[in-house]
Amino acid sequence: MKTELRTNLKAIFGRAYVRLVGAHREPSWLISEALLPLLSTASFVYVYKALKAPEEYTGFVILGGAMTAYWINVLWSMAAQFYWEKEMGNLELYLVAPISRMAILLGMATGGFYLASTRAIFVFVVGSLIFKVNFVVISLGKLALIFFLTQVALYGLGMMFSSLFMLFGREAWHTTNLFQEPIYLLSGFFFPVKSLGFTIGLLASFIPLTLGLDGMRQLAFKGGKESGLLNVNLEIGILVILSIFFLIAAHYALKYMENMGKKEGRLTLRWQ
Amino acid sequence: MSYAIETLELTRTFKKGKKKNNSNSKQPELIMALDEVNLTINPGELFGVLGPNGAGKTTLIKILSTLLLPTSGIGLVDGIDVAKYPEKVRKKINMVSGGEHSGYGILTVRENLWMFSQLYGMQTKVALQRIDELMNLLGMQEYSRLKISKLSTGMRQKMNIIRGFVCDPQILFLDEPTLGLDVQISREVRKLIKSWVKEKKEKTVLLTTHYMAEADELCDRVAIIDNGKVLACDSPSNLKTSLKQDAVFHIEVNLMLDNLDRFNQIPGVRKFAYEHKPHTGRTDLKFILENDSYISAVTGEISNNGSEILSLSKTEPTLEDVFVSLCGKGLEDENRT
Ligand SMILES: Nc1ncnc2c1ncn2[C@@H]1O[C@H](COP(=O)(O)OP(=O)(O)OP(=O)(O)O)[C@@H](O)[C@H]1O
Ligand SMILES: [Mg+2]
Repeated sequence: MKTELRTNLKAIFGRAYVRLVGAHREPSWLISEALLPLLSTASFVYVYKALKAPEEYTGFVILGGAMTAYWINVLWSMAAQFYWEKEMGNLELYLVAPISRMAILLGMATGGFYLASTRAIFVFVVGSLIFKVNFVVISLGKLALIFFLTQVALYGLGMMFSSLFMLFGREAWHTTNLFQEPIYLLSGFFFPVKSLGFTIGLLASFIPLTLGLDGMRQLAFKGGKESGLLNVNLEIGILVILSIFFLIAAHYALKYMENMGKKEGRLTLRWQ
Repeated sequence: MSYAIETLELTRTFKKGKKKNNSNSKQPELIMALDEVNLTINPGELFGVLGPNGAGKTTLIKILSTLLLPTSGIGLVDGIDVAKYPEKVRKKINMVSGGEHSGYGILTVRENLWMFSQLYGMQTKVALQRIDELMNLLGMQEYSRLKISKLSTGMRQKMNIIRGFVCDPQILFLDEPTLGLDVQISREVRKLIKSWVKEKKEKTVLLTTHYMAEADELCDRVAIIDNGKVLACDSPSNLKTSLKQDAVFHIEVNLMLDNLDRFNQIPGVRKFAYEHKPHTGRTDLKFILENDSYISAVTGEISNNGSEILSLSKTEPTLEDVFVSLCGKGLEDENRT
């Protein structure tokens, strides 16, 4: 039991290591994953400034721009990951190893979270400095909690997709493409989601980022509360439920993928 | 004590092609990848599965390494049912397949190997020590800090092989470990496999190959499979003896001998044939003897005639011959197509 736990922890760290190292090894990330997002974030800031939107909108946009790093990471490096791992021939090695499959997903998530954080912090810090964002934090504890819950739920969603996408094979790629833009809109990365109207906002809340962003904005900026979708405490409650739901769903999706794959011979590549 | 590996009527079928391809036939055609395979492999054995492309070798390894379910029948690894208790089986095994492209290009060889060792809960210190040892054994030490995206096929394959050995599994599955490697690297890899099994008495290796010589040289016992069926299973030498095909002696002499009929009269000569080579002035003689000891009578007769023996060789049946007699086709031919 104890050795099993240790093995799984080592596996989580081992898999995370790939991304911990990868986060810094190829310096080109600075341009493609930090500067470019910063530019698109900046363009929204200027739009709001031109429209003479309230001051807090600048902060909203910077926060949203930083959080996109996590969304991109979940989409490209979590949801599509098992599919790529299979293509590379790594998936079978993970499945043959005496570890829980969740450990691999957790390792990917931990590493991915670290990697995305380096990007997010860059956008956040540089953006805040350039545009002199004014933070008025109401409750640091709640802010941290809501950020944490958002990440758990978000990566839980990514884990769940990972197994499902693997089963869909090539279409996984197209599906990922399909998800990226609409979620930018629905989750309100660059504007308060309330602007979409309450019903759509609520539907969009199924994506953990929507509530996470909304809650964080309410807690970190002066006029945040007025543009919030729901009460922050309620949002925290929903995020807890989403976190648990996605983690459990990820577990079952994984089981389903493995059983299905073992039955149909789809866990490994054919050509060998 | 249980077998290291045992299969009982192990069968696996696949549906042929995609559904849309055979829309006219209602029932999908089935491929028999494995057809009631019965094998027993003892602890400490280096066991080879030899067969042409599509014989079912990889399917067998996938089932035994818990990546694929059998359609029917049972596969046991160290006495444990692979379909029922895969978690228990995984603690005892590892697997490497030839030509796999595993690992992460951004990590170095050493980091990749370490990463995979962590899936087996190895202590980092122990793991790195083993990795360095094995890299030395395969002459890879100077590649240790190279990113694997920069490795050649051969080096990459060596790294994969090392991965299989790092965690020192009880039972190791190797699917065509020398596929596509040059002679030198293949030899090093074979040496490593052989010494690992010999040094550690209880370690078992199941390897598949379609190289005859590899099976012959490396394996204690070999199962020949084709179309999912085991056609024969025995030690390479027994398989060859079972062919009841005689050894042939080739002798080349430096004269155009005549009056060759007298070679038929030598006691112990069962069959004799010859060929004159007028352009070189030499003669090729071929003998099948009752047994090897009669060769001295033959060579004596040659020197009595005042001619010199330029070369003498003995050709014994190979596994290739065994294969041809069992399957009605050659193995190597298929590799070339
Ligand atoms: N996932 C799969 N779906 C459908 N058919 C499959 C699948 N895997 C294997 N087959 C078929 O089963 C048969 C046995 O395949 P297998 O890969 O076990 O052969 P092999 O002996 O390993 O051949 P090779 O020397 O080419 O590696 C082949 O006819 C193959 O096409
Ligand atoms: Mg194969």
